[in-house]
Amino acid sequence: MAAITLKGLKKSYGQAHVIKGVDIDIEDGEFVVFVGPSGCGKSTLLRMIAGLEDISDGTLTIGGKVMNDLPPKDRGVAMVFQSYAIFPHMTVRENVAFGLTISGASKEEKETKVAEAARILQMEHLMDRRPSQLSGGQRQRVAIGRAIVRKPQVFLFDEPLSNLDAALRMDMRMEIGKLHKALGATMVYVTHDQVEAMTLADKIVVLKDGLVQQIGSPMELYHHPANAFVAGFLGSPGMNFLEVDVKEVNGDRATVSNAALDPVTLTARHPGIKAGGKARLGLRPQYLSPDADAGAGVLHGKIALTERLGSETIVEAVTTDGKPLIVALARDAVFEIGTPISLRFDPETAHLFAL
Amino acid sequence: MATISADSRGLRLAVRYTVLGIIAIIFVFPLVFMLVSSLKPDAQLLADTASLRAFLPVGDISFDNYTAAFKRAPVGLFIMNSVIVTGITVVLSLLVCSMAAFAFVFVNWKGRELVLTIILATLIVPFETIAIPLLLISSKLPWIGLDGLKWGWLNSYHVQIVPFMADGLTIYLFVQYFKDLPGELIEAARVEGATWGQIYRRIVMPLAGPVLATAAILKFLAMYNQYLWPLMVVQEEGYRPVMVGLQYFFQLNRAWGEIMAYLSLITIPVLAFYLYLQKAFIASIASTGVKG
Ligand SMILES: Nc1ncnc2c1ncn2[C@@H]1O[C@H](COP(=O)(O)OP(=O)(O)OP(=O)(O)O)[C@@H](O)[C@H]1O
Ligand SMILES: [Mg+2]
Repeated sequence: MAAITLKGLKKSYGQAHVIKGVDIDIEDGEFVVFVGPSGCGKSTLLRMIAGLEDISDGTLTIGGKVMNDLPPKDRGVAMVFQSYAIFPHMTVRENVAFGLTISGASKEEKETKVAEAARILQMEHLMDRRPSQLSGGQRQRVAIGRAIVRKPQVFLFDEPLSNLDAALRMDMRMEIGKLHKALGATMVYVTHDQVEAMTLADKIVVLKDGLVQQIGSPMELYHHPANAFVAGFLGSPGMNFLEVDVKEVNGDRATVSNAALDPVTLTARHPGIKAGGKARLGLRPQYLSPDADAGAGVLHGKIALTERLGSETIVEAVTTDGKPLIVALARDAVFEIGTPISLRFDPETAHLFAL
Repeated sequence: MATISADSRGLRLAVRYTVLGIIAIIFVFPLVFMLVSSLKPDAQLLADTASLRAFLPVGDISFDNYTAAFKRAPVGLFIMNSVIVTGITVVLSLLVCSMAAFAFVFVNWKGRELVLTIILATLIVPFETIAIPLLLISSKLPWIGLDGLKWGWLNSYHVQIVPFMADGLTIYLFVQYFKDLPGELIEAARVEGATWGQIYRRIVMPLAGPVLATAAILKFLAMYNQYLWPLMVVQEEGYRPVMVGLQYFFQLNRAWGEIMAYLSLITIPVLAFYLYLQKAFIASIASTGVKG
């Protein structure tokens, strides 16, 4: 059993507070993804779990045991680094077997376990090569092979795919997903790629400036973001934000409008919305449509640019008050640049945040 | 982008080889002079220095100087002493200094910056300033050898070895090299369960080839050329190294031919060692310098 709990975890480098009190519960066998912008502390948090960074404050437990002061080797974790960190002076076989060699495993044990890892990762033909003779994707496989061979309870990944090209990244993403199902181990995965986060995670942790913004399943975060940061971070293309005037508030219903937006009443799920004040309206590009029956919300503007991708059309519009607005249509469509357009949305898909 | 014609490329190559050739000749000539002179009797040797003949094995050529040198001093013993002292010191210093540097670079402990600074500060202390205190200390230290406990280290191999096992320069070389190793390699090994000892042995040392060669050559030369210290601490011929042995040839009448023969003989271990490490040494220069 390898549940992981982070309780009030903090990390400072001198006066720089990098992790400012993080609480996360990770269940045994769960696939958890840490996302957030560059420099928000994802790697630091992962390295604190691995034991590569000291914990300034708070408690870390793995499998119910407090790990704060244990060295990495006693934590039962494996880690895959962004740079792969495979040992250049060893063959692939020696690399994969490294953990077993270190722990003094017998020759037969090493052979069977390494062979199994090689089979799972389909790299039997590479075993006698040196790292310098491998492609990026193959190196990544070696790094993963080295991690899985010891059958650890916990896997830590720090942006393992960010050095790969787009096509390979998709393949490896799927393989990591399969690996998780096959091994059933707890996996903590750091990325700033929200597609990786959405597709791989059982649970996503959104971080910003060393603080947790929201924890939840990908769909929870997508449909019910706790704040504008989370809403803007997940989803592609990113959410549109418009500043609106709040005309009226009635319980959890609010009526808003602005120069480009006809008055519309929607559910205000977030606190801080006051009648007569301003608020921020979040609209996902996918929920905006030029179709007349698309919903009760209406925005006016004109077409600035279109990108036709075949199955999808990305339209960049400009509202009548000059704000950019991205619309993603799930079909091929032709628009003439400069033509006025009315975009509609279902008010229930809109998010209203305090400014 | 400017295109370089085959012609100008050929010209540049020619210039480069000419320059390198001249530099090589400048470095080789003293060696040639030494070897050639060691084969000539003193009178001819001195007469030849006025002309290019100084570099040519012409005239009265023989190995008489070598025979005479061996008669005048126990040359073999001196070379053996130097090789023993230098060899053991080089091996120990590579071990001790690489371990120290490992602790400074990879292990996180309180005060490591300060200790490293102090060690690096010793680089500016000339040996001459600490020679006398060092002599006083080593003359009083105990040593347990084959013949039991003995006080005072004078007249021994270890008095020539121990004070030079660790030095700031060698530690600095290792520290700089280790800092350039990708830290994630060490971290990966730690997560995989390796102890510090295992990381040192299995990851860091196998990757340290170039710096080991550099440090070994620098240490070898420094130790092989030791003069002042062995002069102070070794009075018995049995432990005397080659540079101190040179004195034998500067008595009453200077025997230049014999000096050249002696120098030729004591250069052999240096050349052998250098040739042995040359490949690694050049690799290390290439990896520390700017690559094209
Ligand atoms: N040794 C250090 N000393 C001081 N500050 C540090 C140190 N290491 C990291 N930081 C700071 O901690 C913050 C978090 O760094 P971290 O590497 O965890 O970011 P990240 O979320 O992984 O970013 P990225 O997506 O770019 O990898 C950064 O602002 C960084 O500058
Ligand atoms: Mg990072």
